[in-house]
Amino acid sequence: MLWLGVAYLGALAALLITSLWTQDDFTGTIQRAWTLENFRTLFTVEVYRTITVRTIAIAALVTVVDVVLAFPIALYMAKVASPRLQRLLVIAVLMPLWASYLVKAYAWRGMLSADGPIAWIASPFGLGTPGYGLVATTITLAYLWLPYMILPVYAGLERVPDSLFEASADLGGGAWTTIRRVVVPMAFPAIVAGSIFTFSLSMGDYIAVKIVGGTGQLLGNVVYDNSSTANNLPFAAAVATVPIVVMLGYLAAARRTGALENL
Amino acid sequence: MSQRMILSAGLRRSLAATTLVVLVVIYVPLALVLVNSFNADNTFGWPPESLTLRWWKLAWHSQGARDALWTSIQVALAATAIALVLGTLAAMGLRRTRFFGRNVVSLLIILPIALPGIVTGLAFQNGFRTILGIQLSLWTIVIAHATFCIVTVFNNVQARFQRLGGSLEQASMDLGAGRWTTFRLVTFPMLRSALLAGALLSFGLSFDEIVVTTFTASSHDQTLPIWIFQNLFRPNQAPVVNVVAAVLVVASAVPIYLAQRLSGSTAEGLTGAR
Repeated sequence: MLWLGVAYLGALAALLITSLWTQDDFTGTIQRAWTLENFRTLFTVEVYRTITVRTIAIAALVTVVDVVLAFPIALYMAKVASPRLQRLLVIAVLMPLWASYLVKAYAWRGMLSADGPIAWIASPFGLGTPGYGLVATTITLAYLWLPYMILPVYAGLERVPDSLFEASADLGGGAWTTIRRVVVPMAFPAIVAGSIFTFSLSMGDYIAVKIVGGTGQLLGNVVYDNSSTANNLPFAAAVATVPIVVMLGYLAAARRTGALENL
Repeated sequence: MSQRMILSAGLRRSLAATTLVVLVVIYVPLALVLVNSFNADNTFGWPPESLTLRWWKLAWHSQGARDALWTSIQVALAATAIALVLGTLAAMGLRRTRFFGRNVVSLLIILPIALPGIVTGLAFQNGFRTILGIQLSLWTIVIAHATFCIVTVFNNVQARFQRLGGSLEQASMDLGAGRWTTFRLVTFPMLRSALLAGALLSFGLSFDEIVVTTFTASSHDQTLPIWIFQNLFRPNQAPVVNVVAAVLVVASAVPIYLAQRLSGSTAEGLTGAR
């Protein structure tokens, strides 16, 4: 407990403090003078605003794609598959979770490359690969975080009693009505729990962006470039507060749906 | 089987079809990595014109990949060991204080999972370099990794405590066993499989971690993910990287297999964290 409290929160607090310092342009050393300069740059310079909006939009899009893909497979696992098939499917979903993150991002670099499989399949239809860019980033991130959505939603759907399905059917609810008015509301906290992962992981990603993202940068790249290449730690710290604030807001909203108990 | 009939036949069929499609999408890219590790074309044109074992031989002799693998194993073992001790202690300590500060603690547990890795990584780099003035080394990687590994061990152990309650230990104490004897003979056996699952997960997380690692590693400490990332964009290294990637895909079956043997239920404990 103490480790977490001291090491982790201490480091976070120090990060916030550093974001209020500034950097000497000539010597590259950090000057410990209080200033809001970093935040002013962050909010007024056009490119940072664009990147912030773009990052949040992509994180939201990835989350939506994952919900749409995860819900049917989770429903199938929880309510249709036989116990034996259920076990196999859980393994099938867990397995790629253990495959290295880098390998999966790298796999999509191969999939989307100019003479890769997607271009090969699409070319007879006169289409091509989307190439490396924001579309590729969205696909890859949605792929990477899909299991983090499937597993909580599956666990949430398992807890929905079968009798509710029957009750809804008895009361004249068709399949779609039942799903829309009974199943989705009951699984909602689990969906939100999954979305915490997909949203947060997308917000901070910069590796997948570097591998498949082409020139379309996200906030993570700004943080990384400023902390390593430009060696401007205070500004990197200021940029990093954006995902912190967004995630705290997200967690506060998620708390009200009771999603945190589903983690 | 009747309880499996709660959804209409048409809906069940379309759910099954969607599931199949999603599974195909999940596994095709991984299969591509495997196939491409034999692809004779070193720019991986698709479909492969001929197959070769050359890249596997090349990768086997790659000193950089071997060194990085060994570094990763060391870091993962050290981080897991620290996490096992501290995570268990934290869970045991928290058992006694049931109400006081529980919300604070649960938030503290969630934060390292919920905040993006880049925030954690930058916070540690800043803490080590700017605040404490420590040189980055293997140990700074271990400390950073241990932090999120503690969370996974803690979650596993705490779930086990909640399920089993404290009556067995009370019985042991009533029968005259001291604290240490009780821990050794009652608490520890009770926790063993939870600890193994936590250790497995910690090792996996640490082994695969790249974001936090990038920020807390010095320039000459290369874990396997960092090595892969640095060589990814070098055309002459691409085939070797692909073989390493293929090996990692195959190796990901090992923890799943172990977890199956361990508890019989993969769902418990192996899902709670990234």
